[in-house]
Amino acid sequence: MSLELIVAGAMIVSLTFYALLGGADYGGGVWDLLARGPKAKAERALIADAIGPVWEANHVWLILVVVILFTAFPPAFAVIATALHIPLTLLLIGIVLRGSAFTFRTYDAERDSVQQRWSYIFSIASIITPVLLGIILGSIASGQITVENGVVTSGFLRPWLAPFPIAVGFFALALFAFLAAVYLTLETRDFDLQESFRRRALISGTAVGALALTVFLLSGTGAPKVRAGLSASPWALPLHIITALFAITTFWSLWKRAYKLARLCAAAQLTLILWGWALAQFPFIVEPDITISSAAAPPPTLRFLLAALAIGALLLFPSFYYLFRIFKGDTPPTALPETSDPTTSSTLNANADAHQPR
Amino acid sequence: MSDLLAARSQMAMSLAFHIVFAAIGIAMPLLMVVSEFFYLRTREEIYLTLAKRWAKGTAILFAVGAVSGTVLSFELGLLWPRFMGWAGAIIGMPFSLEGFAFFTEAIFLGIYLYGWQRVPPRAHLLAGVLVAVSGALSGIFVVIANAWMNSPTGFEIVGGQPVNIDPVAAMLNPMALSQTLHMTIAAYAATGFAVSGIHAYLLRDRTNPFHRRALAIALTVGGIAALLQPLSGDLSARAVALNQPAKLAALEGQFKTEAGAPLRIGGIPDEERGETRYAIEIPRGLSFLAFHDTRATVKGLEAFPRDHWPNTRIVHFAFQAMVALGMLMMGTALWGAYGWWRRRALPDGKWFLRTLMLLAPAGMIAIEAGWTVTEVGRQPWIIQGVMRTSEAVTPMPGLVVPFITFTLLYIFLAVIVVWLLLRQVAASPRIAETEKIEPREEESRFVA
Ligand code: HDD
Ligand code: HEM
Ligand code: HEM
Repeated sequence: MSLELIVAGAMIVSLTFYALLGGADYGGGVWDLLARGPKAKAERALIADAIGPVWEANHVWLILVVVILFTAFPPAFAVIATALHIPLTLLLIGIVLRGSAFTFRTYDAERDSVQQRWSYIFSIASIITPVLLGIILGSIASGQITVENGVVTSGFLRPWLAPFPIAVGFFALALFAFLAAVYLTLETRDFDLQESFRRRALISGTAVGALALTVFLLSGTGAPKVRAGLSASPWALPLHIITALFAITTFWSLWKRAYKLARLCAAAQLTLILWGWALAQFPFIVEPDITISSAAAPPPTLRFLLAALAIGALLLFPSFYYLFRIFKGDTPPTALPETSDPTTSSTLNANADAHQPR
Repeated sequence: MSDLLAARSQMAMSLAFHIVFAAIGIAMPLLMVVSEFFYLRTREEIYLTLAKRWAKGTAILFAVGAVSGTVLSFELGLLWPRFMGWAGAIIGMPFSLEGFAFFTEAIFLGIYLYGWQRVPPRAHLLAGVLVAVSGALSGIFVVIANAWMNSPTGFEIVGGQPVNIDPVAAMLNPMALSQTLHMTIAAYAATGFAVSGIHAYLLRDRTNPFHRRALAIALTVGGIAALLQPLSGDLSARAVALNQPAKLAALEGQFKTEAGAPLRIGGIPDEERGETRYAIEIPRGLSFLAFHDTRATVKGLEAFPRDHWPNTRIVHFAFQAMVALGMLMMGTALWGAYGWWRRRALPDGKWFLRTLMLLAPAGMIAIEAGWTVTEVGRQPWIIQGVMRTSEAVTPMPGLVVPFITFTLLYIFLAVIVVWLLLRQVAASPRIAETEKIEPREEESRFVA
């Protein structure tokens, strides 16, 4: 396999991690907005607890995708950033608002009304951002971004303001919400909370199925190359069958409350969707004018990058494992250092913020 | 506003915003770790509280740093696609390495902030150390990329395209050492002084030992950095003299090529008349500082075509401001050191504390000024001598719209951050010097 293919693979791996981890953080925001009724407060607390310690680390996967793209495939980065200037800018605004509102809410827990305001910004940004991310990926897949002599000729609106990318946007949103609901069933031992996220997982899972079908139908005209790949290539049928099996197993295990299995299958489902798209688009980065090999940086850069990725992965994965082992699963609520501002107390509540022993 | 100007303004605004949070992200973890280290040594509750207090503020600032940094990585392509398309293969590497530093930083910051009761005390301290180290590394990597723009190496140009790319040589460019050193020290100096200023204000209540300890730690870090900063600035100036003579001429307001050029303090460069007026001149000073030889010839702006001149006024003023603030900070650091040497205690006189309060923003202003020198001084080039900024900009029309949008967004964030931090400062704790937390008590609070 050539160097540029390995690097492109690494980029899709990072994108997959971003979807699996960062995506679920967005999904958490969706459920924050939809939290209703007597359990709303507990649900919000559970979501905040699940996102808090990890969202910044999860977010770095997106940065890794971007730096791999501009280091290893600079012309592709230039074209994408030019043609999709508008949705990318909106995406950034969403990212800024989501991250800062979440943090402000965490550290500004004084009154309920203030809390509410940050919650709204956080959750609405969590909904808009995945839609934009989907639109961006959808337009890259659509084949509508054209380039002549390094100049983008398809304008700044047409490639992304179209039914197919927009459908992909909502598909991404549904997927992330679904993923979050499935993960959240494992973040608590409270049966009621588990049940409410189980129900949400089942509902959003159905939405995922419906939107997947919509996207597939629209791809006929919206993204012909990807459609051809997904229906005519030799790997297409097995891929569809395996993805369908995972989807069915997710539903079944949610039904049976086998949440660990559900989490595994939901993650596998999303991974297969992303890789199916990548395979269908191969060998293009931006269909139809930019291929992996035509955009690739020279070998010295690719070799250096691959070495860095390999060494980085050796250090990173254990660190990530440690992070998740400390905070993920049914762990006690994370106590922030003095979340409620103690006004001038003499014995500081270093003791007060210790969580209750289980 | 032309699209080029809008793009430049948006980039400048985004960087000027991000750099404040970045500098704090580099230095605050060090302060927290020092405090936590003292806590583990002495078991005095004050140090634990201090570390937690600082961590709380840092968490807010870090999140804003992370999102504004994300904006920057996209903006490189959104605003300068031709630059990135051309240079990505050469200077992408430091950004990629920076990515790994970010991962380390974000992972261990999560553990540090949320893990007080989840991991053993030593592991917690270690997480803090990793955050401090990776924060410094991320700054170093990105400044290496900037240094390459000032002194591009590691490629050849054939037919307008870069060939024979050597990303290692690009990272080892001639400005890399001076710039990374200067920026890293700047982060500790600026943050140390900012934190000292706040605690100096809170020390109105002289008997509160909490702020005394806080001030001691912050001022030690900030003061040592402030003493080193002029030395590293000298290294920077010599690197500029060698690699970017037009920038050196602009920052010194030197219009004529001259042997034994004077060092100018103050003054207003007048590009029309080709001279800097009202400056105090120290004979042969510039030749000495730039080349360590009082008779060396310094190229003036007249040696360069008119359209290769940066905006002399901005560059000269920014440079003067940075150096003046640097001198003030160094002087204050010496004052503190002298007091400590005389009395084995930090001075806490009214005037010393007032000076510290006054200098709280000095380091941050100097950082902004320094970047203005570096960036505006490089104009009209985006890559010195290779690509003009006007050639790099995106063809996207209407760039004032994102410029204004991001400006408003950042103003909004800045207001909120300041308000949240002020509220935290207002809730100043008071702990008696003697309160200790027994190790056993500590262990029992930690649930594995
Ligand atoms: C790695 C790259 C990088 C880094 C670390 C910085 N800059 Fe920069 N800056 C650029 C990369 C850049 C740029 C993309 O290359 C620009 C746009 C046009 C140009 O020539 O440089 C630029 C332009 C630019 C301008 C406009 C200059 C002009 O057009 O006259 C200002 C005032 C600043 N920057 C200020 C800053 C500040 C306050 C920084 C502090 C963090 C900073 N820069 C760091
Ligand atoms: C074009 C320039 C720059 C780009 C593209 C950039 C990119 C980024 C990104 C993506 C992040 C977020 C990382 C995360 O999610 O944790 C970040 C944070 C950070 N950046 Fe920058 N950055 C730039 C300039 C700088 C400069 C000049 C410095 C200064 C030394 C710096 C130092 C840091 C540090 C220390 C952090 C982590 C601390 C924090 O988030 O507060 N960056 N940057
Ligand atoms: C007191 C004497 C100082 C001298 C002689 C000095 C000198 C310089 C020079 C010549 C540059 C331009 C380098 C270039 O264009 O690449 C520079 C840049 C810069 N300075 Fe200073 N400086 C001093 C103090 C400070 C202080 C106190 C701070 C902040 C706390 C600071 C922050 C910066 C920053 C952030 C840059 C841009 C980044 C870089 O080039 O490293 N400087 N300085």
